[in-house]
Amino acid sequence: MTVPLLEVRNLRVEFPSRRRTLTAIDGVSFEIAPGEVLGVVGESGAGKSVTGAAIIGLIEPPGRITAGEVLLEGERIDDLPPERMRRIRGRRIGAIFQDPLTSLNPLYTIGEQLVETMRTHLALDAAAARARAIELLGEVGIPAPERRIDHYPHQFSGGMRQRVVIALALCANPRLVIADEPTTALDVSIQAQIITLLKRLCREHGTAVMLVTHDMGVIAETADRVAVMYAGRIVEIGPVQAVIHDPQHPYTAGLMGSIPAVGEELERLPQIEGSMPRLDAIPRGCAFHPRCPRAFDRCRVERPELLAANRTRAACWLHAPESASPRARPGWSEGAVHG
Amino acid sequence: MARSAPASAAEARAKVPLVEVRNLTRDFDVSRPWLNRMIERAPRQVLRAVDDVSFAIERGATLALVGESGCGKSTVARLICGLYAPTSGSILFDGVDLASVRDRGQMLRLRRRFQMIFQDPYASLNPRWRVRDIVAEPLRSHGLARDERALSARAGELLAQVGLAPGDGERYPHEFSGGQRQRVSIARALSSNPEFLVCDEPTSALDVSVQAQILNLMKDLQRQHGLTYLFISHNLAVVSHISTTVGVMYLGRIVEIAPTRTLFARPLHPYTRMLESAIPDIEMSGKPRTPVAGEVPNPLDPPAGCAFHPRCPYARGKCRVERPLLEPFEGAKVACHGVVEGWIALERAVETA
Repeated sequence: MTVPLLEVRNLRVEFPSRRRTLTAIDGVSFEIAPGEVLGVVGESGAGKSVTGAAIIGLIEPPGRITAGEVLLEGERIDDLPPERMRRIRGRRIGAIFQDPLTSLNPLYTIGEQLVETMRTHLALDAAAARARAIELLGEVGIPAPERRIDHYPHQFSGGMRQRVVIALALCANPRLVIADEPTTALDVSIQAQIITLLKRLCREHGTAVMLVTHDMGVIAETADRVAVMYAGRIVEIGPVQAVIHDPQHPYTAGLMGSIPAVGEELERLPQIEGSMPRLDAIPRGCAFHPRCPRAFDRCRVERPELLAANRTRAACWLHAPESASPRARPGWSEGAVHG
Repeated sequence: MARSAPASAAEARAKVPLVEVRNLTRDFDVSRPWLNRMIERAPRQVLRAVDDVSFAIERGATLALVGESGCGKSTVARLICGLYAPTSGSILFDGVDLASVRDRGQMLRLRRRFQMIFQDPYASLNPRWRVRDIVAEPLRSHGLARDERALSARAGELLAQVGLAPGDGERYPHEFSGGQRQRVSIARALSSNPEFLVCDEPTSALDVSVQAQILNLMKDLQRQHGLTYLFISHNLAVVSHISTTVGVMYLGRIVEIAPTRTLFARPLHPYTRMLESAIPDIEMSGKPRTPVAGEVPNPLDPPAGCAFHPRCPYARGKCRVERPLLEPFEGAKVACHGVVEGWIALERAVETA
């Protein structure tokens, strides 16, 4: 196996508050290979955005990384001083956030923002940077880029703004892009355009992507591998096909079952009872056990780590070698399909 | 004759759709202030949010209106609930034209029979009220409870119906998760025993697993109480699950309306097909996506002819000048010259070819 582009080991992020310290993510480990798209899914509060923010060093104080490490191309970046981290952000790791309006400065034209970003990170003169900016805007599908480059963010529609943000994230040729819910604020037809664009550009530039979203559909279309998060931990990680069609963690199975599909005629959707625990009330043992239809004694006391399970890895005691039995499959009643 | 009269009256009543909307139109004046208009000689500007929309909803059915932001679907919901007054057109509830009701008492009695559920369960509940008071408010305002005891008994009953504990009534909205808050909204909407619920994106702010819970709850309640729904959503998968009929809106107009099964088996209008192919393919069946170019045009300056023609891969000369009307076509209604005149191949024809 080649050296991973990004390696996250046992990452823990805590937010101290007056009364107690909340642990937003705990023991998160994964790798991203060069050019790979890793999807990170989970429901609100599962810790997926915090994971992304921790990698690019943008955790809002007083929150901080209290354990673990982040390695970019083998080099540790989680303990760098802010000034050095700033040079990595934008140059080696690009970022795309949910709301394109808040990622763009309303007081500067998009050209000024692109040129500034490029000149901060690359040795380019103003004219060359502007030419490259126009080229890039054309690449992300902005019509008449030589004219649009001098427009302000408010003169663009939501979909066009998100294209500008993608251009901005890619302008210094980063090796990794962290895209946090890049299509959530957009309409479905625009969403499809943006996903296709992001996928194409990253393939052409050989950029790896960490795609954070709550939308399984977006992951299915885009990602090579997917990590499913629940209550601050990765509960399952594996190739996207395997996780979607043959989930090994009961939470993944329940999540997949609860997504309505066009043309599927069900009287009721399979549902997971209850809701995800709040950060200040995460149950002992496996955080999912109170909602899990297959929980047994061990789940209530001992926290499972990721275990090899079929084609994926799942943090579930059903896959522990000692509890292996022919029935030890996490089928969600009739929801999960074999094979 | 005398013997059959009541039966036929009831029959006639059952035949009247519970809700009918005829040629509903709503304009919003979005002009610059008067002084600017005088100085800059700017004309008045009118945005037509809803344009000549007609549909009927049968008792116990669910009509879903789908479309992208700004297509007018939420405005239709608000018009029906009386939050906006129509510019023209009429809304009939149980055969009664709402505009013709002059008597305030009669209007209140009618209004009690329909309620609304909003998208954002954080914004639609008063943070300073206990959940019990939120749920009981419609009972108070419609005078539906004899005394405080009956009121809190009914509130507890409603909370139990939506899957909350009766004791939850003593808590405040901030103590609940998004899904639980939406349950509170539903309990409040049910408190006046309505027949008709207008649901404006009720699950859009929720996570998928919670969305499944709320959709299941809404279906259960519909069955138990014989409710009729108008369901506003931008999510086609959700709509295909919950509705019996789907209306697709684009720039203020309905471009296609059909029974849910028909619509998803054979979408007619190019815009409907585009929306359908834009849904991320979770099954990863490898079906090709129809690439969708362009964005929704500015509603202040809608294109002439068919509003969809600048994005439509099939558009011809006629589409640029003549606006298509909603016409019956093989069990559906569609506003498209190409489909009606037969020069846009239907999806199933493409598949067999």
